[in-house]
Amino acid sequence: MKEGKKYLKLSGLEPLILSEYTNFINVGERTNVAGSRKFLRLIKEEEFDEALAIARHQVEGGAQIIDINMDDGLIDGKEAMVRFLNLIAAEPDICRVPIMIDSSKWEIIEAGLQVVQGKCVVNSISLKEGEEKFIKEAILIKRYGAAVIIMAFDEVGQADNYQRRIEIAERSYRVLVDKVGFASEDIIFDLNIFPVATGMDEHRKNAVDFIEATRWVRENLPNASVSGGVSNVSFSFRGNNTVREAMHSVFLYYAIQAGMNMGIVNPAMLEIYDDIPKDLLVRIEDVILNRRDDATERLLDFAETVKGKKKENDTTALEWRNLPLQERITHALVKGIDAFIVADAEEARLAADKPIEVIEGNLMVGMNVVGDLFGAGKMFLPQVVKSARVMKKAVSYLNPFIEEEKGEEQKALGKILMATVKGDVHDIGKNIVSVVLGCNNYEIVDMGVMVAPEKIIETAKKENVDIIGLSGLITPSLDEMVYLAKEMERQDFSVPLLIGGATTSKAHTAVKIDPEYKNAVVHVNDASRAVTVVSDLLNKETSNAYVAKLKKDYDEFREKFLKRGKTKAYISIDKARNRKFKIDWNTTTIKKPNELGIQTFEQLSLKELLPYIDWRPFFISWDLHGKYPEILTDEVVGEQATNLYEDAQVILKEIIEKQLLKPKAIFGLFEANTINHDDISIQKKGKEIAVFRTLRQQLKKRDAKPSFALADFIAPKETQKNDYMGAFCVAIYGADELATKYKNAEDDYNAIMVQALADRFAEAFAEYLHHQVRTKHWGYASSENLSNEELITESYKGIRPAPGYPACPDHLEKETIWELLEVEKKIGVTLTESLAMWPAAAVSGYYFGNEEAKYFGLGKITDDQVRDFATRKDISLEKARKWLHPNIADA
Amino acid sequence: MSTIHQELKKRILVLDGAMGTMLQAYKFTEEDFRGERFKDFPVSLQGNNDLLSITQPQAIKDIHAKYFTAGADIIETNTFSGTTIAMADYQMEHLVYELNYQSAKIAKEVADEFTAKEPHKPRFVAGSIGPTNRTASMSPDVNDPGYRAVTFDELRIAYKQQTEALLDGGVDILLVETVFDTLNAKACLFAIEEVKDERNINVPIMLSGTITDASGRTLSGQTAEAFLISVSHIPLLSIGFNCALGANLLQPHLEAIANKTDFAISAHPNAGLPNAFGEYDETPEDTAEQIEEYFKKDLINIIGGCCGTTPEHISAIAEVAAKYQPRTVRSSAVEN
Repeated sequence: MKEGKKYLKLSGLEPLILSEYTNFINVGERTNVAGSRKFLRLIKEEEFDEALAIARHQVEGGAQIIDINMDDGLIDGKEAMVRFLNLIAAEPDICRVPIMIDSSKWEIIEAGLQVVQGKCVVNSISLKEGEEKFIKEAILIKRYGAAVIIMAFDEVGQADNYQRRIEIAERSYRVLVDKVGFASEDIIFDLNIFPVATGMDEHRKNAVDFIEATRWVRENLPNASVSGGVSNVSFSFRGNNTVREAMHSVFLYYAIQAGMNMGIVNPAMLEIYDDIPKDLLVRIEDVILNRRDDATERLLDFAETVKGKKKENDTTALEWRNLPLQERITHALVKGIDAFIVADAEEARLAADKPIEVIEGNLMVGMNVVGDLFGAGKMFLPQVVKSARVMKKAVSYLNPFIEEEKGEEQKALGKILMATVKGDVHDIGKNIVSVVLGCNNYEIVDMGVMVAPEKIIETAKKENVDIIGLSGLITPSLDEMVYLAKEMERQDFSVPLLIGGATTSKAHTAVKIDPEYKNAVVHVNDASRAVTVVSDLLNKETSNAYVAKLKKDYDEFREKFLKRGKTKAYISIDKARNRKFKIDWNTTTIKKPNELGIQTFEQLSLKELLPYIDWRPFFISWDLHGKYPEILTDEVVGEQATNLYEDAQVILKEIIEKQLLKPKAIFGLFEANTINHDDISIQKKGKEIAVFRTLRQQLKKRDAKPSFALADFIAPKETQKNDYMGAFCVAIYGADELATKYKNAEDDYNAIMVQALADRFAEAFAEYLHHQVRTKHWGYASSENLSNEELITESYKGIRPAPGYPACPDHLEKETIWELLEVEKKIGVTLTESLAMWPAAAVSGYYFGNEEAKYFGLGKITDDQVRDFATRKDISLEKARKWLHPNIADA
Repeated sequence: MSTIHQELKKRILVLDGAMGTMLQAYKFTEEDFRGERFKDFPVSLQGNNDLLSITQPQAIKDIHAKYFTAGADIIETNTFSGTTIAMADYQMEHLVYELNYQSAKIAKEVADEFTAKEPHKPRFVAGSIGPTNRTASMSPDVNDPGYRAVTFDELRIAYKQQTEALLDGGVDILLVETVFDTLNAKACLFAIEEVKDERNINVPIMLSGTITDASGRTLSGQTAEAFLISVSHIPLLSIGFNCALGANLLQPHLEAIANKTDFAISAHPNAGLPNAFGEYDETPEDTAEQIEEYFKKDLINIIGGCCGTTPEHISAIAEVAAKYQPRTVRSSAVEN
């Protein structure tokens, strides 16, 4: 039976399939004791962490398979192979790629095959010692489930010309396929890459013969692959990397064309083909392709002229290792390099009186530099999380010594309670701070989101915490924090209170929270500063002075803030109504929605939302500021932004492929008219079914500038025009569960990433839905055709303001939306007691379709409007004041 | 005689449901587990379900019969923990051969009865081979990631012993199931190949992994496709997934491999997730409804149930399965 084309399929944690559509497969070669002196030394000295770093570096550098070789007379190759492979198996970022088990000794190969779960490649076996041994090994390799590299070698010796290469390849292939039943796609030939330009005539055809034999194998031995170690070809130019790199590149250019589909190549030793100077290129091609008799001489002459222009990359990389100890530790922390931190910590420990001094001294010095750089905007959040990882490693190394010293268990530097306050569900920032503090050897008691104050108080007492950290994103959370400060005071707490979250500010902390609690209250809005603040607060020797200084600082700040010129003047609500924004209802176009009523969306693919994602806030959530996509190439944060973006793409891909997040939405379009100036009556067939209360600007403005309220965008009842408006809610389900899963796997970085991405999806969904509504369901902009950028800058007709945001900062109207659309019943989004939405990745709001509708900020309002609002809405004045509180101008 | 290969082409074959869930209903006491023979055994034996094939064979046979009656084509032997490695917990390493042999024998007896009654619908016995309680590619000690609690060779030897006993007892198929570490499975496949070679026989092998993580990876970290590639060197009767988080959540993993292999595809999911008391609430109709999605998408050749499923579930599943054609298998692997 004639069989179709079969592809070589390998696996680590992830699949690797070689088809005609895949490019050349690059095999990493640095984890080879025969090829890397450094790796040999590390294995000999059993520095496995650093040896792993080399493997990781290769995978990060693009190696799609890693070759591992432990053949050296001075090491126990079998033991080293097993140990190293076992360690690799515990490193998902390394063992995601397939392993190539490289040895000339069968026992080492077999030991390796017994410890790798994925489908690996054996490198190599051959007919060198006869067919019997070859068959025996091939049967076992097949049974272990690996692919195999066959060396072009037989009983006579190594193939060194075209004819011998193809003869041995064909014979090996037939034995494997016909006698062993080996899958033809699992056969890879190494056809021997030998040096050229050695000065010996018999070597002149070495490259050409390899290339031509490759072509023959690929054409005549179905499904087989061809590999080889590329650096051999340039062996005679050792010491002249300029020429060697160009030679590798030229050789590969022709070998790949002939069908070589994988190989051992050091990417650092490869010039870009198009970048090779023309004169050098011609001379190298003459040598590789054996085009002239004097090719070798001509290249040698030329090589003399480029010698010495060595590239600098390699030497500078580890120069920092020669610095004094403290500088090395600082460097490792700043750069997030964990390869040497244990050795450096050990050196510091030996030099110190007590091991704890290494943490409090050397490491904290380094972390302070990290903190300073972060504070100065020279380091970025993702880097800080990596620094924290290095710190954690050093601390966990030092801990046993500290325990020994004390004869008791080493205690964390302090215990910190973290909570997002009652009614609030947002916790990305809190999680970042927790990670960074946790990595700095503070014990974190993370109470999660929506934590009631009595719970916080109870836990703080029970756990005997040293600090309480509160976080919140929506405005009602500010009051929760004030309440908690009061409670702490009432119950005679003495531990410091940290305040953070997007809605918090130093001003609010100083003016509203600090006066309620006699002990330290600190506003901390970035993760890196949290470490220094916490360490200062908990340092027994200096904390009193520090707290006194803080108190004084906040006192002064508060005083200044309260004394600042109260120049802003307000007009009465009646006056403001007289200055309302006027649309000429006789001439303006009102489009009746194509589809009145309520609809839900549950079957949307996340993929469709991708084009609507606004990446800028994503970077902001990681404290990287700038416009997307320019931020990726930004001089300052570009590198970090790119890394972050790439990490995000990986998760994003997985989320989309596996539909790990589930978008749901509901919206409704209704008949509407403004009544009593500021209220919007929602009607169904002329019958009122809901009323939205809007708020009007009261800040005194110059000249004829209007005082806006959202109600101004809807035709008043008295115009007798039929007008319309909409309301909506979108939410992304599953983010919390997924983030928890990552968190449980100690992967806070990705946990935070998932939450940040879910937020983006929610916003994108709101954008998508608005677009659908404008062009289809309402249809007033059916011919709209905007780019993504225009969407993000909101250059379309109509607005979708959200309760809680500047045009309508009052969260209470969410309840009206919820009742009107039956949001909770239909798509399950709930409102907390502070009117935050759950799931947290959700957006709700109104649709206004008039072309003159625009976004504005309400600003502060005065007491007369608050009273009026309470009456209109039929709620107590107290309740109205509570909810409008952040927007009420000081009397 | 009709072979499993021929049946597989004709229709979707139905595998049985949970053994453990059914046994729970008997509420066997320590004394019941011990029986007369192990009255004075030095350790507690309650919970050693595999042992019941010896001490309570009638209960096991009754359960097998209930599943056949419910419509199963294939039942699994009561040998999920039948290796020296897993039996070490009960100090019963020396009984492994007997446990497997007896389990296979009684299962085969029940199967033969049903086949005799309904010759048009031959029944098969699959020797269940569990993952053991150790992992070959992961360290149980977080502080020593290079450590391994079990080696490939230890697994290979244990699996070989189980395989031989199951074959001696008369199983038609070997079912390597609930694979959470691919290296364990590879050791098992290696052992089976050795036995096939030594006995010069060809026994169909079903292989079933488990993905319990919403990240879509096995416990040892592989994606579904990487898992497939890692075990495709052996000609399998079927590959698939079992146990895990219920039928719905299993579907993406089946989809991930269905188009990438010439082997038949199997699935035997749990009846959803257990509730707070460790019980499974999903009704037979719920399970069958979710599984029907597999059929609609042409994903399945062999379907059954794992934890929490009962004869009622299997009956509901079989009823739905009968309405659909099996997934087309291109392979020659099922022929020979």
